Amino acid sequence: MGEVIWTTIRLAGLTTVLLLVLATPLAWWLARRRAWWKEIVAAVVTLPIILPPTVLGFYILIAVAPASPLMAPLQQWFGIRTLAFTFEGLVIASMIYSLPFAVQPIRNAFEAMGERPMEVAATLRAGPLDAFFTVALPLARRGFLGAAILVFAHTIGEFGVVLMIGGSIPGKTEVVSIRIYQLVESLNFKDAHKLSAGLVAFAFAVLLAMLLIDRRTDRRPL
Amino acid sequence: MITRRLQMLRLAGLAALALLAAGPALAADTQVAVAANFTEPAREIAAAFKADTGHTAILSFGSSGQFYNQIARGAPYEVFLSADADRPRRAEQDGVGVPKTRFTYAIGRIVLYSRTPGLVDQGGGVLKAGKFAKLAIADPAAAPYGAAAIQTMKKLGVYDRMKPKLVMGANITQTYQFVATGAAEVGFVALSQVIMDQGGSRWVVPAADHTPIDQQAILLYPGLNSAAAKAFMTYLKSPKATRIIKRYGYEVR
Repeated sequence: MGEVIWTTIRLAGLTTVLLLVLATPLAWWLARRRAWWKEIVAAVVTLPIILPPTVLGFYILIAVAPASPLMAPLQQWFGIRTLAFTFEGLVIASMIYSLPFAVQPIRNAFEAMGERPMEVAATLRAGPLDAFFTVALPLARRGFLGAAILVFAHTIGEFGVVLMIGGSIPGKTEVVSIRIYQLVESLNFKDAHKLSAGLVAFAFAVLLAMLLIDRRTDRRPL
Repeated sequence: MITRRLQMLRLAGLAALALLAAGPALAADTQVAVAANFTEPAREIAAAFKADTGHTAILSFGSSGQFYNQIARGAPYEVFLSADADRPRRAEQDGVGVPKTRFTYAIGRIVLYSRTPGLVDQGGGVLKAGKFAKLAIADPAAAPYGAAAIQTMKKLGVYDRMKPKLVMGANITQTYQFVATGAAEVGFVALSQVIMDQGGSRWVVPAADHTPIDQQAILLYPGLNSAAAKAFMTYLKSPKATRIIKRYGYEVR
């Protein structure tokens, strides 16, 4: 049981870190560009919310299957046959699944900040990259924290996508939500209740901790 | 005088009720919960049932485990076609299934299947050679098809060697998806899932190599007084239904 919990936390943690790194430039671009067509990109980024997770998972399964054109270069260069049934595959799938939950809060934070701080930084002779890291990122920290909370929680509770491409291999792709489902399916309610209660308590503790941190960052002056 | 009149009224009411209830000639509906792996044959049987009796079987498809949980908590299904024998037995024990109505309507067979032609040989030698990365089976704790796959591997003496290659589908449908997309090269799937197409390579595992996969049906209490529900239970055993069931790769007893 400990192994399942550890896999779940590792998956959620890694997904959160990688997704924040990926979402930051994307959110920045979406917040700064004036062109109307950037909203096409924004809509595509939001799409994973629409599809039922098992359907999204099924498409990802097709995309990472050995016959898929996406897998051909990976097979050729790295000898990777398929990303299905691997921990790395689950991380990638979880990132797709939670992408909108990372991009939206960060984009909002960048937009709320306005053009002004970056302009001021420029007049003080800060380079664009310097200004981004010393001015924009700290100002948008609540957006980042919100994104991290959402992505982490969303990944812990993720079920359909993992079900479709995981194959529940102990220590690699078997996560808590899948184990609970299997326990309920095999009518083992006692263990299912235990694990569910543990999951709820853990999630509550993490969310509460993050919200309390959020309060503190809010009060602290820059 | 008044009591007599009341009695007459009551009698008339009862007669009217009896007339309403005693309408075997009238076509009626019945709610049937069907295990997802029996979807296609169930649809065909329901169509034949409608043509022959006039009754309509309204089919809901899902996992047997979920159906059992819903039925145990008062879901209004009248007939339950499970993918195993365990859940109908429990339904009977829990008092939601009508005793003595339970019977095996189909016996599942498993197939070692691959999309790649020529990979799977007769006798399962492909498992001994082990020249593939992933073998898909259904979760043996929840699905008898998965348990049968494990028994077969143990009988061949390859289970320990196959363990690191195993990936598990939550049910037999998902296991088939793993194999059909090629994500897993080989898998133990249900014969009913691959009987209609000719491609790939396959070995139909001898029925003697594993415990029979009995799929049982049971009449549920909401259907106790439903003529359509009882007719459907009877129809499942008819020669016409049996022919359909066999055509989809199941056996009958």
